[in-house]
Amino acid sequence: MLADAWLIAAKDLRLEWRSRVTLAQIAPFAVLVLVLFGFALDPDRGLLAAATPGLYWVAVLFASVLAVQRAFAVESTESSRDILLLSGVVPSGVFLGKALAISVQLLALEVLLLGGVAVFYGATLRGWLLLAVTVLSATAGIAAAGSLYGVLATGLRVRDTLVPLLMLPVLAPVLLGATRAFEAALEDTPADGWPWAGLLVLFALAYLGAGVAAYGSLLEET
Amino acid sequence: MTIDTNAGGPQHPEPSLRRDEAAAGDARSAPTGTGSRFTRLLGLALIIGGAAVAWLAFVATPPDVVQGESVRLLYVHVPSVSVAYMACMLTTVASAVWLRRRTEWWDLVASSSAEVGAVFTAVTLLSGMVWGQATWGTPWEWDARLTSTLFLFLLLLGYLGLRGATEDRTARGRRSAIVGLLLVPNVIVVNQSVNWWRSLHQDATLFRTDGDFRIEGLQLFTWVFATVVAIGFFVWLLVHRFRVGWLADRAEDRAIDEALAVRRAEGGTGGAP
Amino acid sequence: MEPVISLRAAVSLLGRFPGLAGVDLDVHRGELVALHGPNGAGKTTLLRLCAGLAPLSSGTATVVGFDLADGGRRARREVRRRVGLLGHGAGLYDDLGVDDNIAFWARAARVPDADAVVRARRGVGLPDRVAGVSVARLSAGQRRRTALACVLVRRPELWLLDEPHAGLDAEGRDLLDRLLHQAVDAGATVVVASHEHDRTSSLGARVVTLVGGAVVGEG
Repeated sequence: MLADAWLIAAKDLRLEWRSRVTLAQIAPFAVLVLVLFGFALDPDRGLLAAATPGLYWVAVLFASVLAVQRAFAVESTESSRDILLLSGVVPSGVFLGKALAISVQLLALEVLLLGGVAVFYGATLRGWLLLAVTVLSATAGIAAAGSLYGVLATGLRVRDTLVPLLMLPVLAPVLLGATRAFEAALEDTPADGWPWAGLLVLFALAYLGAGVAAYGSLLEET
Repeated sequence: MTIDTNAGGPQHPEPSLRRDEAAAGDARSAPTGTGSRFTRLLGLALIIGGAAVAWLAFVATPPDVVQGESVRLLYVHVPSVSVAYMACMLTTVASAVWLRRRTEWWDLVASSSAEVGAVFTAVTLLSGMVWGQATWGTPWEWDARLTSTLFLFLLLLGYLGLRGATEDRTARGRRSAIVGLLLVPNVIVVNQSVNWWRSLHQDATLFRTDGDFRIEGLQLFTWVFATVVAIGFFVWLLVHRFRVGWLADRAEDRAIDEALAVRRAEGGTGGAP
Repeated sequence: MEPVISLRAAVSLLGRFPGLAGVDLDVHRGELVALHGPNGAGKTTLLRLCAGLAPLSSGTATVVGFDLADGGRRARREVRRRVGLLGHGAGLYDDLGVDDNIAFWARAARVPDADAVVRARRGVGLPDRVAGVSVARLSAGQRRRTALACVLVRRPELWLLDEPHAGLDAEGRDLLDRLLHQAVDAGATVVVASHEHDRTSSLGARVVTLVGGAVVGEG
C-alpha cells in the first residue's frame, strides 16, 4: 500500500512539476483572494488585522477546491481514464498517494499565503509551533477529505460544480478549528489553540481512515 | 488494510443483471402505481390529523406567557426538526446496510429518506428563522443546533446532487452510500465544533429564551400530536418516493431487456443467450 | 490445459446499453486471435471485459485463471495486473514525458530492472530525443507507440490490443507485428481487435467474428 501510495504521489508531483498548474494558476488565485479581501474590508479600519486568521483559511479552502479538482482532472481525461484501474495499484494506495500529493502542494501554498498575510495584512507571525502543527494537521484533513469527495465526482459532467458543494460543508469544522488555533497563535495565547489543533488531528485521522476503507469501492465503477 | 466490502464473498455479489431480473420478476406481481390501500388510509388519516393539528395550534391552545403568539410556530418547527434528524439517521443507517448487503431496496430507502429529509430540513430552517425573528429579534443565531441543521441541509443537497448526476446505477449506489454513511458523522462534527466554539464566548447565551417556558396540558398534547402527524407524513412521503424510484428502476430494466433483444437480433443469435 | 480466456453467455451492460449480448469464446495459451466485426459489434467491450474493466452482467468469464463472475473486485484486480490493454484512450498522462509514462507502468507492475523503461521505448522505435517530451506534444503515431511501450514494459500474460495498427506508419505496423510474434513466442497470449483483415491474416491469427455483441463465426 505504501509503495503504491508513493508511486501515485510521485507521479502527481511530477505532473505538477512539468505542468505547473498549482504554481502558475492556483497559487496566484489564492494570493488574489487575499488581496480581494483587502479591498472588501478596508485595511484602515482594523478589520483585516482582526480577521486575518479566518481570511487566511478561507483562501486556503478555496485554493484546496482547485487543487482537488486538478488532482482528479488528470485522471479523467480521455486518455488517462482507466490507468489507475489497469495499473493494478491498490485503491488505498491511490487514496494515500493522492492525499499526499495534494498535501505537499497545499503546504507550499500555505507558506506562500503566510507571507501574504504578513505583507498585505501586516500580521505578526508568532507561536510557530502551534502554527506549524495547525498547518500540518489542517492540510492533512483537507487533503484526505478532498481526495475522498473529489473521487466521488470523477467522470460526471457536473464535476467542477459538484466538488465544492460536496467538499466545503464537510471542511467547515476544519476552517473553524484552524482559524481558532491561528487566532490563539497570533494573539500569543497558544494554550487556547492547542485543543483546536487536537480537533484538526482527529479530523485528519478520521478522514484518512475513511478514505483507506472506502476507496476500494469508489475507484471500482463497473 | 483495505476493507473489501465484497471481496470474494458469494454472500455479497456485485449488483448484476441476475438481481435485476429477479427484481423484474417481482415487478409483475407488484402494483404499477405508487399508491396502495395502506398509503391511502394513511393519507386520509394525515389529512384529518393535519387539520386537527392546525386547529389545536392556532385556535385551541393559548398563547405562551413569555413568547406570546409566536409559540404556535413551534408546533410546526419542533416536529419537523425531529423528522429531519430521523430522516438523516435513516439515510446513514440504510447506507451502512447497503454497503454490507448491496441491495436496491436499501439504496432506495437511503435516497428517498434523504430527499424527504431535505424538505423537512428546509421547513425546519424557515420556520426556525421566522420564530427566531419574532422571539429573539433575529432570524439567525450562531448556535450549534441552528448551524448544524443548516449544514445538514447543505450536506443533503450535496448527496442529492451527486445522485442526480450519476447515471450508472451501480456507481450511483456506491458513491451515494459513502456520502450517506458520512452524513451523520459530519453533522455531529459540525455540531460539536460549533458548540465548542460558541461556548468560549459569553455573549452566545444572551438571546437564550427557549427552555425557560413551560409546556403543559393542551400545549404538550398538541406538540406530541403534531410530532406524530409529522412522522406519519414523513412515512407517507417516504413510501411514495421509494416506489417512484423502484418503478423507475423497473422501467430501466425493461429498457435494458429490450436493448438486449435488439442487440441479439442484430447478431442473428435469436432470443436465447 | 485451461484456456486463458473462457467466456460463456457473457453479457456486459454499459449503462443501459448491452455491449455484449451473450458471448461464448475460448482462447488458449500462446494463441494469436483476431476479433473482426463491424463498428459497434462489441469488440472493444469484449477486450475491456477481459481486462477487468467492463462489467460482467450475466454469464461466466474466466480470464488468466480468475473467475470474474464470482471473484468480485479482488479477481478483477488480479486480472488487471496480468493483462496489458492497449485501448482507444491511450492510457497515458498527457503532461508527463514518454519515459515518465512508461516508468509509471513499470513501477506499478514492480518491474525490477532499471533499464527496462529505455529498452521498452527503444523496442517500439522511439528515439532517445523524445524520452522527456510531454506525450501531449507527440504525433498520434508516437502516442500509440508510447502506449504500446507501456504494455510491453509490464510483460503481460495476456495482450489485449484495440485497433493497434490504427495511426501507425508502415514501419510501425511491421514493428508491431514483430512484437506480437515475439510475445507469443515468449508464451503470452494475444487478442487483437481489428477491422483490417489483410493485416490480421498476414499475422496468421485465428479469426473470430463478432456482430451485435455476440460471436457469429470463426475463420
